[in-house]
Amino acid sequence: MGSDFLAILPLIIVAGWASLLLLADLFVPPGRKGITGLLASLGLLAALGVTIVQFGAQRPVFDGMLLVDGYASFLDVLFLFAGLFAITLAHDYLKRMGLERGEYYSLLLFVISGMMMMAHAGDLIMLFIGLETLSIPLYVMAGLARPRPESEESALKYFLLGAFASSFEVYGIALIFGATSTTRLAGIVAAAQAGTAVPGLLLLGAVLILVSLGFKVAVVPFHMWTPDVYQGAPTPVTAFMSVGAKAGGFAGLLRVFLLAFPALAPSWAPVVLWVAVVTMIWGNVAAIVQSNIKRLLAYSSIAHAGYILMALPAAADPRVGPLAVSAALFYLFAYAITNLGAWGVVVALEGSEGKGLQVDDYAGLGQRHPWLALSMVLFMLSLTGVPPSIGFVAKFYLFSAVLDAGLIGLALVGVLTSLISAAYYLRVVVVMYMRSGEAHARREGWLHATVGLMAAATLILGLLPTPLFDLASRAGLLSLAP
Amino acid sequence: MQSSFPILTLVTFTPLVGAAIVLLLPRERLNLIRWFALAVSLVTFGLSLVMLGMFDPSNPDLQLVERVTWIQVGSWTIDYHLGVDGLSLLLVLLTTLLVPISILSTWTAVEERVKDFMAFFLLLAMGMLGVFLALDLFLFYVFWEFTLVPMYFLIGIWGGTRRMYAAIKFFLYTMAGSILMLLAIIWLGLQAGTFSLPELIARGSIPAATQFWLFLAFAAAFAIKVPMWPLHSWLPDAHVEAPTAGSVILAGVLLKMGTYGFLRFNLPLFPEASVRLAPWMALLAVIGILYGAAVSYAQKDVKKLVAYSSVSHLGFVMLGLFALNPLGIQGGILQMINHGLSTGALFLIVGMIYERRHTRDVDAFGGLWKVMPVYGALTLIVTLSSMGLPGLNGFIGEFTILLGAFGSEAIGSPWFAGFAALGVILAAIYMLYMFQKMFLGPLDKDENQKLKDLNVREIVTLVPLLVFIFWIGLYPKPFFDLMAPAVDQLSAALQAAALAVP
Repeated sequence: MGSDFLAILPLIIVAGWASLLLLADLFVPPGRKGITGLLASLGLLAALGVTIVQFGAQRPVFDGMLLVDGYASFLDVLFLFAGLFAITLAHDYLKRMGLERGEYYSLLLFVISGMMMMAHAGDLIMLFIGLETLSIPLYVMAGLARPRPESEESALKYFLLGAFASSFEVYGIALIFGATSTTRLAGIVAAAQAGTAVPGLLLLGAVLILVSLGFKVAVVPFHMWTPDVYQGAPTPVTAFMSVGAKAGGFAGLLRVFLLAFPALAPSWAPVVLWVAVVTMIWGNVAAIVQSNIKRLLAYSSIAHAGYILMALPAAADPRVGPLAVSAALFYLFAYAITNLGAWGVVVALEGSEGKGLQVDDYAGLGQRHPWLALSMVLFMLSLTGVPPSIGFVAKFYLFSAVLDAGLIGLALVGVLTSLISAAYYLRVVVVMYMRSGEAHARREGWLHATVGLMAAATLILGLLPTPLFDLASRAGLLSLAP
Repeated sequence: MQSSFPILTLVTFTPLVGAAIVLLLPRERLNLIRWFALAVSLVTFGLSLVMLGMFDPSNPDLQLVERVTWIQVGSWTIDYHLGVDGLSLLLVLLTTLLVPISILSTWTAVEERVKDFMAFFLLLAMGMLGVFLALDLFLFYVFWEFTLVPMYFLIGIWGGTRRMYAAIKFFLYTMAGSILMLLAIIWLGLQAGTFSLPELIARGSIPAATQFWLFLAFAAAFAIKVPMWPLHSWLPDAHVEAPTAGSVILAGVLLKMGTYGFLRFNLPLFPEASVRLAPWMALLAVIGILYGAAVSYAQKDVKKLVAYSSVSHLGFVMLGLFALNPLGIQGGILQMINHGLSTGALFLIVGMIYERRHTRDVDAFGGLWKVMPVYGALTLIVTLSSMGLPGLNGFIGEFTILLGAFGSEAIGSPWFAGFAALGVILAAIYMLYMFQKMFLGPLDKDENQKLKDLNVREIVTLVPLLVFIFWIGLYPKPFFDLMAPAVDQLSAALQAAALAVP
């Protein structure tokens, strides 16, 4: 049992540290909440260190309640990285906007612990606890900028729809329990193989879970909340939401569908395929007409959820499974790096009272802040999938999995919608370089360091992706075997 | 044959190093930046001459090969794999020649953001050289797509009044084709476990039906780039809005990436499909020749006229390549070079008069010869070269292509060549018509009275092109000798494929 605790040490560190941080923050004087941020970062770094040391362990712990494997470790690293940069992005922003509250940091850590639970979930109950631990603090974070009405609207909208989506998950779990008398992933598979499961109930339960997690990762038609919530929430929270919450949702989705419901794949794979198709098309088409950069990136994040979702029907083919999961993980990482950077630029340009958030406000950035603009070009190219960038390598990897599974039509939709996406990503570049204007960016150390680091990672991992490829391919094998 | 001295890497990446250094130079030292960029491009040209020296013309295979594993993932490997042979050698040299000439043409034309301009220009040079030298499909695609980015900025920042529209149209149009190629590349890589072109060719054995689709996917990327009729509509916009140096490179080199793509990838990778589709490709080529010529005749804007003439000239190249015999392919390659020289020179010439008068309307000129005799004489030579006068380069290329197309079994009918020959006559009509309206007749516009003739720098930009225009026109043998062995080898493979096609 003791070794079980050791195996999930990163999760324990993050959750425990979050609770301690709540207490510690009481002793940090107002106006110096950067100290809380620093403490939070130390906790994340400690968890990151342990995760990296433990990388490669593969076994179920606590009687299969949690699973420790490369898949979960890879995602843990992703969550912890995203958390660290959510802190560096927020530090000066919160001060500037008069939002400096210590809760931001402890809530952030709670969210991360929820994501980690989802990645490690070996039981549907665990999946649900993870989902709620992820969601509830995130509702609060979306409303952090109260009494700004947009922020309150954002929080309320996210909360209402999120709670609704969670109830779908509970209902789905209940149906699955009714069909198989267990909530353990291993038990569900065993029941399905033994023929003791009630097929109709099981399928209905799976579909309800798909709806709930589809809401979290923002795929069409469960995406309606995304633009409003992304626009209203404080920008660093949005940045973290678009990267972390999405990765958390996909962590649960891939885990549950590939481990627990492989036998139902002929039923869910076509549904998921069409959801991916519609999401890629709608996300990209709707992004074209956006004039607000936060809404533009919100629709872009919907579109990217569609790309990542392509991995699921591809992985339904057992021959392609590990490749598709690796590709999805790689894509999530690439998307996280690129998107955190892009949101960082948005943070740098945001003025008080929602100024500086229109795409037109970026006019002249290329002249006035050449390095910031150059970084943004890299992020836009990476999101489009143009080499040399990590986004291109990620798309290459993902499309190869999709083609390997023989889904040529799906891959075609993927590349054609990438073409559509070029239209709006390039518009940002056009405005930055080809129009003259007075774009004004803050010169904040942590912020610029984060953007610069993400830009460097976008380029360098785009040229030398082998190490990340290796990690992702080792993380792609999902298995219940001890 | 593995090369010990990485000359191809040096040729490809010297411009990149140059671009990085340009970024570090102080923004306000305009002349320092210009001279430095010119020096970098001349060094690249020098290195490409070293490459020419190391090249063995009698060897039909890929030479000076450099290969290291770049990305290793799962079951496939991606290599950093460069090489040169008779198919690509001349295009590399054309690129390294045109880059310094273009840079020299910007001395007074580009006054704003010179530093950014030069950095993008050198990056573009790197991308183009990479395209011609890459032998790994993944690496090729990276270079291929990368060239879009600097060109997009060159058009979008330093272009004419509708530059943003033209830049985005250019980017989206070309990306539309290349993403289909990307899927085909992934498919090939998945099947074979390698992206290495020589290995894929040696493997062969792609079923004919699959070849057909893969051929079309690659052709989508290349045909848009060439551009083949009816996919040409991005070209006039991009050309008219691009700055002069951008147009020179666009016409001179970027379009050749399309024809080179057909030559390097479509023909050897999908020989059966090439044989089967050859008549259709020839048909599109001939339509392009006639359509481009007819539309050129109707243009009032000189730059647009030259742009549409490219559609016509590249139709010849495509006709030659898809004749699938040694004559046709050699003529096609030579015509790529010729078009780069002649049309590059024409865009320089248009740019020179535009800098003086800020208009390109044919009707705004007349009698220019009287005030600008040197300019007139040089323009006459280039015009004659472009329309294919015997003794100048254009004639050799077009004549060889027509010979190849007449005798081609693959395209199956002499009518294609017959109609294409009509294009030569049309070219003479629209080129001479333009020349007559601009240079002959009375000098009746006041604005034209005081125009200054070319200065030394402008003459220097044109002279190297004129040297090659005469050289190829009078003694083309050295150029044919460089490509002949590789072309013979390729066409032998195509002949074998033709026998396999029922």
